[in-house]
Amino acid sequence: MATKVIANKEVEVNDEGYLVNPDDWTEDIARAMAEELGIELTDRHWEVIRFVRNYYKEHGKSPTMHQISKGAGVPTKELFKLFPKGPAKKVARIAGVPKPEGCI
Amino acid sequence: MKHVVILGGGTAGTMVAHRLAEALPSREWALTVVDQDPVHYYQPGFLFIPFGIYTPRDVVKPRKALFPPEVRYIQSEIEAIEPDKNRVHLRGEPRTLSYDFLIIATGSHPRPDETPGLLGDAWHKTIFDFYTLEGATALHRALERFEKGRLVLNLVDMPIKCPVAPLEFLFLADWYFHERGIRQNVEIVYVTPLPGAFTKPRASQVLGGVLEERNIRIVPEFYVERVDPEKKVLISYEEEEVPFDLLVTVPIHYGSEAIKRSGIGDELNYVPTDKHTLKAREFDNIFVLGDATDTPASKAGSVAHFMVDVFVPNFLRYIEGLDLLPTFDGHSNCYIESGFGKAFLIDFNYETEPLPGMYPLPGVGPFSLLQESRINHWGKLLFRWIYWHVLLKGKHLPVPARMSMAGKWA
Repeated sequence: MATKVIANKEVEVNDEGYLVNPDDWTEDIARAMAEELGIELTDRHWEVIRFVRNYYKEHGKSPTMHQISKGAGVPTKELFKLFPKGPAKKVARIAGVPKPEGCI
Repeated sequence: MKHVVILGGGTAGTMVAHRLAEALPSREWALTVVDQDPVHYYQPGFLFIPFGIYTPRDVVKPRKALFPPEVRYIQSEIEAIEPDKNRVHLRGEPRTLSYDFLIIATGSHPRPDETPGLLGDAWHKTIFDFYTLEGATALHRALERFEKGRLVLNLVDMPIKCPVAPLEFLFLADWYFHERGIRQNVEIVYVTPLPGAFTKPRASQVLGGVLEERNIRIVPEFYVERVDPEKKVLISYEEEEVPFDLLVTVPIHYGSEAIKRSGIGDELNYVPTDKHTLKAREFDNIFVLGDATDTPASKAGSVAHFMVDVFVPNFLRYIEGLDLLPTFDGHSNCYIESGFGKAFLIDFNYETEPLPGMYPLPGVGPFSLLQESRINHWGKLLFRWIYWHVLLKGKHLPVPARMSMAGKWA
């Protein structure tokens, strides 16, 4: 755990750069996180990010790729174009929620 | 007369039928269970069938015989629930069932049809599942004939039931080929969309090297898009390929199609459920138990058991007009069979990840947590008897429903 200033806000992040507290998230943080990952956010990205934030708020857990694709109505191929190399993981980081994980 | 209808007669549905039959006076309450399948499967036993440790006989019983006499069992497919009319439509007879309270325990179901290339001529010939009795039995015959080559286990995506079963399969496969004296001729590969075999900090720390020690190769962060059964390759969304001689798939799981037809499920047909009270979030007279919920708890028999443990006393309060208590903590507890006569045990909940330590159990334990031992393996084998004779019958096990920190090294 470390503290980091992202988009002029001091937040706690874990070793892999994910927000420790999803409530710290702001849209500016999302833009800064996306930039770090080399992604420029379009409206389509935002649709996915909002779905992931809502899903986390409702379920207390980050969605998997299939849940994002079905729930946000974005085909999986497109998810890979929007967030290359591991969309579930990358969008979680940008949306300020934990990385999707197994039970152990 | 009030009517409780239970949809699904699996682990959660059968247990809750027994508990409610015991707790509610039969002069005032009628209990009905609906399930389309006349057979009850001991699903944790499917894992052992490919390796010849269990036979199909060990894991099936007629469903009807497992309910108490007060419970009416209807064998029928469920068409849909109509929550605003408090009734359920069936495909068999009777066509409709009215309820005062509904318990949804319709489970989760592997869906190989969702990944192109799995179902086809190669299904149960070079491509297998082990989450169904047919798949596990066909895989047993294939493993007996398997002399050399590349065995690939592919997890399509979470959520799946019994999330540790893929790991157990790998451990048992390593042991099985060892016992047959051909381990050096078999390459075992685990292909997963997760970042690794273990994703929780303490488990990764304690068990991180265990696949490597057993010479099991892992291909992480691989999202399978389709399978080419002719070329025998898995193909990812990013066009990477992993070749196989024998593929064991763990397909993505969906909730029941009846939930979809009712329009009350999420994107994977799981029912939005309050994770602490187990009441359906949208409906005040519907509860959801076991795999059918969208809670972040594991989809596993132990979770269904602990859910029933906390649900029944809460339901008895609720029908007296009292508030539901937020008592379910996501408790999950499972053995991880690791081959060579040993097993791990893990115990965790919504808040606490699996930790090392000792798990106290009066009369039998203690069992070691996050550590291999012979007694854990015996615990796992003993559990099949406990499941049929104690757990399903709704009898109480000396295991707390809520997770305890006793014995754990935090």
